[in-house]
Amino acid sequence: MQKDFLELIRRASCELPADVIRVIKQGRNAEANGSPSRSALDDVIENCDLASRTSRPICQDTGTNIWYVYHPRSVSQMALTRDILAATRKATRLAYLRPNAVDSITGKNSGDNTGPGAPVIHFHEWSRKSLVADLLLKGGGSENVSAQYSLPNGAIGAGRDLEGIRRCVVDAVFNAQGKGCGPGIIGVGVGGDRATSMIEAKEQLFRLVNDKNPDPVLAKLEKTLHAQCNELGIGPMGFGGLTTVMGVKIGARHRLPASFFVSIAYLCWAARRASVSIVGGVATYSQISQQALKYKLPAVAARKGR
Amino acid sequence: MIRIELPVSEKDVRKLKVGDEISLHGTIVTARDAAHKLMVEEWPKFVEPLLKNGAIYHCGPVMKKTGKSWKAVAAGPTTSIREEPYEAAVMDHYKVRFIIGKGGMGPKTLKACKDVGAVYLHAIGGAAPLLADTVVRTKAVHLLDELGVPEAFWEFEVDGFKGIVTMDSHGKSLHSALLRKSKKKRDAIIGI
Repeated sequence: MQKDFLELIRRASCELPADVIRVIKQGRNAEANGSPSRSALDDVIENCDLASRTSRPICQDTGTNIWYVYHPRSVSQMALTRDILAATRKATRLAYLRPNAVDSITGKNSGDNTGPGAPVIHFHEWSRKSLVADLLLKGGGSENVSAQYSLPNGAIGAGRDLEGIRRCVVDAVFNAQGKGCGPGIIGVGVGGDRATSMIEAKEQLFRLVNDKNPDPVLAKLEKTLHAQCNELGIGPMGFGGLTTVMGVKIGARHRLPASFFVSIAYLCWAARRASVSIVGGVATYSQISQQALKYKLPAVAARKGR
Repeated sequence: MIRIELPVSEKDVRKLKVGDEISLHGTIVTARDAAHKLMVEEWPKFVEPLLKNGAIYHCGPVMKKTGKSWKAVAAGPTTSIREEPYEAAVMDHYKVRFIIGKGGMGPKTLKACKDVGAVYLHAIGGAAPLLADTVVRTKAVHLLDELGVPEAFWEFEVDGFKGIVTMDSHGKSLHSALLRKSKKKRDAIIGI
């Protein structure tokens, strides 16, 4: 499966998903003619076209590589890990990935994107015969402006309710300013513990940017927050403008009575994700992850299917 | 679009204002986290001729080696604010005229822009192949083994590297202006 995983990495790094491009183009058209934010988005669009045509990374920060692998019972996780690591090393040699894994104590770059905790791999066994791998490359600039709140929070008057969650998200997007390479996609994880809360937030980033949450309460909050984050006026790259975020995606997990975390995972405009399904040795690539399929897909994506 | 040849004089840089769109021609040198820490701790001599009246680029590129030469495959800017503790001292010591990156920088760097005669040039974050294609030649690399590919000092000869001035030598910053404006909005939206 090494070969298929290598191709998955290439696609994730070099080809921005169609749903994201579409929203970036809408954002570009909305910004005023001659404004820096419009020109920034023009460059983004041209850059993505160039990256895709020349099989080069959309962004030089090829990010944390986050894998979700769904496999039948018969497939060994050890073997899958070996294949993912081998594909990662090869992708680095081919410059689809930048050497991006640094020993935090010595400062030494491993040179091949592997090492303790790199890449990040989540396994799920399932009853199907196919193997599916979903991959997200999440850049460091956007990771640095991601945030976690423990409610109640006095500074922004956020209590343990929907209104509290709303305040956290607006505050986090404000704090990020232009440093997360906006327009961003905002993944929100409510509940869980400190670790799983952020995992939930990051899993939200696998959703299609213009999908709909089947939970009407969360769908309404996502819509409200999308509009309110854009009212901040931070705009593309922090140049000022109408599109500060492309979407807000919210998921919730059960929590302890004592804890109430709201985690905000900021994803830069270079929302690089790709998926592959392998059945009987044949790989089929897609831009729709398993995570995305849990939500109401926009009409265009639903027609194309997996 | 204002065309700037590097190295550039202090006088010419002081003419630039927030909002100016710039196209750079000449040598720019990448330096990010480890390089900045090293500069303020050791003040390496080899950097002096590279940075005098020149440009620092906050960038950790994807590079490909063919034979003896290196090619920039993807080379967009990285977040600049991490260099805020170091940049003012670096600018003053080496007389740097352009700081190139993304996301903007803080009050110390803004003051250094005024004192030294420099500007902050905002490149488009993530536009990596587009900016890499303005690198016509990799002239040299310094401390590659010690710092690794993303953190090394890469000397890039660029032709038409694009950016917008967001901090100038007159004390103006697009970033602090936008911060103030968006803070008012935030307070209104949150209701505090």
